[in-house]
Amino acid sequence: MGLIDRRMGIFLAGLFILTVAIPVGNLLIDGKPVPSYLVSLFGKYLCYALLAVALDLVWGYCGILSLGHGAFFALGGYAMGMHLMRQIGDRGVYANPDLPDFMVFLNYSELPWFWHGFDMFWFACLMVMLVPGLLAFVFGWFAFRSRVTGVYLSIITQAMTYALMLAFFRNEMGFGGNNGLTDFKDVLGFNLQSDSTRAGLFILSAIALAAGLLIAKAITNSKLGKILIAIRDSESRTRFLGYRVEEYKLFVFVVSAMMAGVAGALYTPQVGIINPGEFSPANSIEIVIWVALGGRGTLVGAAIGAFLVALTKTLLTGWLPEAWLFALGALFIFVTLFMPTGVLGVIESTLRRKPAPKPTQEASV
Amino acid sequence: MTSFRKLLIGASLGATLLSSTALAASEDGPIKVGVLHSLSGTMAISETTLKDAVLMLIDEQNKKGGIDGRMLEAVVVDPASDWPLFAEKARELIEANEVDVVFGCWTSVSRKSVLPVFEELNSILFYPVQYEGEESQYNVFYTGAAPNQQAIPAVDYLMANEGVERWVLAGTDYVYPRTTNKILEAYLMDQGVAAEDIMVNYTPFGHSDWQTIVSDIKTFGSAGKKTAVVSTINGDANVPFYKELGNQGIEATDIPVVAFSVGEEELAGLDTTPLVGHLAAWNYFMSVDSPENDAFIDTWLDFTGNDDSVTNDPMEATYIGFNMWVKAVEEAGTTDPDAVIAALPGIEVPNLTGGTSVMLPNHHITKPVLVGEIQDDGQFSVVWETDGLVAGDAWSDFLPESAVLTSDWVDLKCGNYNTQTETCGGS
Amino acid sequence: MTHLRSYLFTVLTCVAGLLATMATAQDFDALVASLPDGNFDDRAAVVGQIAASGDDRAVGLLEALSDGELQVLKSDGRLVIVTDVKGVDIAADALTGAEAGVVPRRGASAIRVNNSLRRTIGAAIGILTLSSPDPARRLTAAEAAFRAPDPDQLDLLQTAILDETDPRVSAALKSAIAATTLAGDSTVADKLAAIAILKTQANQAALGILTPLVAAPDAQIAAAAADAVDQIERTQKLWSGAQNVLFGISLGSVLLLAAIGLAITFGVMGVINMAHGELVMIGAYTTFAVQEVIRNSFPFLFDWSLLIAAPLAFLMAGAVGVAIERGCVRFLYGRPLETLLATWGVSLILQQTVRSIFGPNNREVGNPSWMSGAFDIGHLTITYNRLWIFVFALAVFAILLFVMKKTPIGLQMRAVTQNRAMAASMGIRTGWVDAMTFGLGAGIAGLAGVALSQIDNVSPNLGQSYIVDSFMVVVFGGAGNIWGTLAGAFSIGIANKFLEPYSGAVLAKIIVLVCIILFIQKRPRGLFAVKGRAVDG
Repeated sequence: MGLIDRRMGIFLAGLFILTVAIPVGNLLIDGKPVPSYLVSLFGKYLCYALLAVALDLVWGYCGILSLGHGAFFALGGYAMGMHLMRQIGDRGVYANPDLPDFMVFLNYSELPWFWHGFDMFWFACLMVMLVPGLLAFVFGWFAFRSRVTGVYLSIITQAMTYALMLAFFRNEMGFGGNNGLTDFKDVLGFNLQSDSTRAGLFILSAIALAAGLLIAKAITNSKLGKILIAIRDSESRTRFLGYRVEEYKLFVFVVSAMMAGVAGALYTPQVGIINPGEFSPANSIEIVIWVALGGRGTLVGAAIGAFLVALTKTLLTGWLPEAWLFALGALFIFVTLFMPTGVLGVIESTLRRKPAPKPTQEASV
Repeated sequence: MTSFRKLLIGASLGATLLSSTALAASEDGPIKVGVLHSLSGTMAISETTLKDAVLMLIDEQNKKGGIDGRMLEAVVVDPASDWPLFAEKARELIEANEVDVVFGCWTSVSRKSVLPVFEELNSILFYPVQYEGEESQYNVFYTGAAPNQQAIPAVDYLMANEGVERWVLAGTDYVYPRTTNKILEAYLMDQGVAAEDIMVNYTPFGHSDWQTIVSDIKTFGSAGKKTAVVSTINGDANVPFYKELGNQGIEATDIPVVAFSVGEEELAGLDTTPLVGHLAAWNYFMSVDSPENDAFIDTWLDFTGNDDSVTNDPMEATYIGFNMWVKAVEEAGTTDPDAVIAALPGIEVPNLTGGTSVMLPNHHITKPVLVGEIQDDGQFSVVWETDGLVAGDAWSDFLPESAVLTSDWVDLKCGNYNTQTETCGGS
Repeated sequence: MTHLRSYLFTVLTCVAGLLATMATAQDFDALVASLPDGNFDDRAAVVGQIAASGDDRAVGLLEALSDGELQVLKSDGRLVIVTDVKGVDIAADALTGAEAGVVPRRGASAIRVNNSLRRTIGAAIGILTLSSPDPARRLTAAEAAFRAPDPDQLDLLQTAILDETDPRVSAALKSAIAATTLAGDSTVADKLAAIAILKTQANQAALGILTPLVAAPDAQIAAAAADAVDQIERTQKLWSGAQNVLFGISLGSVLLLAAIGLAITFGVMGVINMAHGELVMIGAYTTFAVQEVIRNSFPFLFDWSLLIAAPLAFLMAGAVGVAIERGCVRFLYGRPLETLLATWGVSLILQQTVRSIFGPNNREVGNPSWMSGAFDIGHLTITYNRLWIFVFALAVFAILLFVMKKTPIGLQMRAVTQNRAMAASMGIRTGWVDAMTFGLGAGIAGLAGVALSQIDNVSPNLGQSYIVDSFMVVVFGGAGNIWGTLAGAFSIGIANKFLEPYSGAVLAKIIVLVCIILFIQKRPRGLFAVKGRAVDG
């Protein structure tokens, strides 16, 4: 099976059309058939999709159900947000050239040590991958070596993101507290409010998603990927065969966290704010739901799931502001009960005109 | 809406040739009013009533024949207490629904999240909640209290009438309590209060276990000096806080608590009998006796169909903001944002406490400050009020960095003008 | 009695700064009529005169004033006392007591009182009731005198203590006399004696009186006060450790209640039940609904409302639980992670349902009288609601334990969760047992809601705020072992409360979370690991 199978091919083609059509419709055609806000909105969906792919890599292929992937996403977002804050320079309300507004306001006399270096774009980009990767490494190092598995692992990942949320809420932490980081002006000299920058970020997100999908696919197609699947299906058996299970798990967990960090970094400039709410356990649960809804263990399905849920939420909060939770809740229940292989599974089995395959060994968490 | 739907479907299918020119808001169709308040999630508890208040005001205005013969139409969306979603929804309201004005937001972070959107798309936001100040934006009108319209007068009252010498500043850990407490600390020190007579405490959102803190307050209050608590505790955390106060027997006659975020709405979830005498400072109380207020309450009770529903300060701020906007549109003769924004400063409308509020050049308004004591029926009884109206100050004089800043959108055309360097910051 | 009254008379007129002869000249009715005029200070003066008038109606009137029941009718400006009878405001003439009919909304405005006026009224009523035949009133009076010590009342208090027979009132009077002595200019010897009395009392109120005396001009008094303050502070520090344990136990019992239902649905059955918080919320709203019915129709039952609500909440939440189990969870056995998705959907729907029915705002759930207030043991303050919640949590735990270990249904539950196929072949109706087990867990969550309604918000967000903590407790304790949940809840609660004074509430919580994460590394299956394949095979 090559890197680009039929499923991946169709998805990438669709993604490519979208990536061309939206910026063209927004920038080049008179009368703007695609309003600017759709560009940012779809850009945001693409970031979610990348995040879902990252989670699917660990959950779908290695059986690690992380309820804390939002933390990696948010850390990436914060790293980028810190760079954008430094870019504001003296254009903040207090016109302080060194300190972001919230620091002026909280009486900081100088930049905290961990803010140094973020004025350089390359450093921020490095941190976007490094910080989530490092957290995943440390966390995974402990957890996988101690053979924490299943729901226990899920719950402690949840504890991790919850603890981080509380920490980032604290104003003493130096990350802007509840308000987070906002009021960004430009990135690399491009004005964030201009349509062309937005289109650029959108295209970047699409490229990142495609790259993420291909990397994940490459990993899962390799021999290493086979071992991961073996771990998912029976961890102890794989261990008895002589594989160092914890090392494989650690590797894929770190890769996934970095991918989530990149998604967060692209997300921040497009929505214009990053705040501790992104660490909330509910957000991380939602990521799991994207993956489950789209189809676990299919990569493409995860991306589609993220896209579908986010789109549904956007539409319903506008159409049914008072009752959209009913619809969303019902959707989750319906999908779980009647589409055990996710949306993608149902679509594919319908296309093949064959009954849906039996769900795989999900008994092993 | 339909064009938005078409676009979404069209875009996702890659059918980019679907053309739908963004129509300039037509001058004879209805005037669209966006409502951007959370109807689900943690803030729904406070914001839902404001959504209803706007709907009621629109209803009333339409009964009067709309504005210059054009009917008003509300566009309600649910940002679900999710801050990035606020920005997304604001964009949707302005770009896709082409609303002429938005009433919305509650928390500071939600306002900060939508600010760039309003700036970029040049629309108007009326923000109806008391906040920390330190902001004045061209597109935003702040009809809630700035710190000088709430915190400082309340502290003055306690010093003068209760002889308070020792202060506990208790708040939720976010920007509004942080600023308010900073301003108050500076102010109290100015008034000669010693540093050891001020205790500052921050708790997380939704804090529900207050045993330790209430007991600390009791200990702090037993130093022989009259002690008061200034509470900037937000939202949900108040109910367990007051329940714990009541149970540990802290009475208002011993250690009064003056709150800036507790209104009629919050008290509706509490048995207030043990809390009688604790205070709140606002610019409006439901119990205020004035013909405007009586009429407003009657309309509200009719609108909700529930005789037990209450009115509160942010509702009054919404009411003032809405009427100011209506007047400005009438004056400008158009809903064009620049024309309306230019017309707004100087607009005067009656508030619900018997006075007339004016929109100032800094986009804040003048309001009276009232200090009320909680009664056993969940209402407040006004025990003190300022003589006249207090002008909202965007930049506090008690913070060194902001004391030099001023805001004037009429003459200076600047929200953060530095009076020392005589430059407009951030441009 | 007459002696006392004349005494009162002189004392109070002095307080009001008026000549006694003038006060007698004042007609009581005219005094009362002048209450609405002027500012709070004027009103305070009038209150003094009313108290000094010796009129029998004085106490009732002052109490009504303090409670905001003394109001002016807008229609004719008459002074009335307004009382709420079954939600209808009924007015009675303030002076004659004659019925004045129903007051329409906004038909009367209350005469305003503030805290300092309320203190004045409290002190005035205190003096008038020092000789009341009811010991409870005398106690209140003595406590009022202690809170607002007034040197002019010293003689009065000393007279009262001579006739006092009730030991509690007597003790309160003794403290009041000590406080009053210290507030006035008695002799140094008297003051030293007073300091000694307060020193033995050793509570915060005493500390509040003694601390300023440390700076007293008289060296002897200052030294005695400093010594007393020192000793009281030392005692209090000693007790504060115990107080922290108490706070921790109380927090622990809240966590235990919140988590114990989850220990069944998640711990025993392995369903990642994200709707658990919403089941707690249903219990709380059931309590609210029960109280509404009681308030409107059977107000005399109010103190029993929680006892009535508890079984109803159990049934209500249990029924919803059974519905969830039959309607979706049962299709997902063997796919535990998918239960997360489905129950998350259920939780969204339940939240929005409650929001649609009851509105998004907080609802008022009252505390019955036996759950209000606090009492002291040594220097520990224990609030009744925390105490009862602790008792309730343990009772629920004990009942659950009994059901699981000693009843046939409990046996079947354990059999089914341990080996479904084997249980089925032994003739157990596994489907029915599943529904009952889930229903039991849900019902217990409902019971938790009854208790939590007493200390927290009753709002659609109630459940969300407990869900993460609940999972943490169950996992920390070891899923599948309800003893583990008990141990987990109390260890987390106590650890949290010990850290809080040093680190603040937020950091304490973060530290506890990090400790849990680290602990799980050490014991990957929690405090009390269950052997076998019960949880996640």
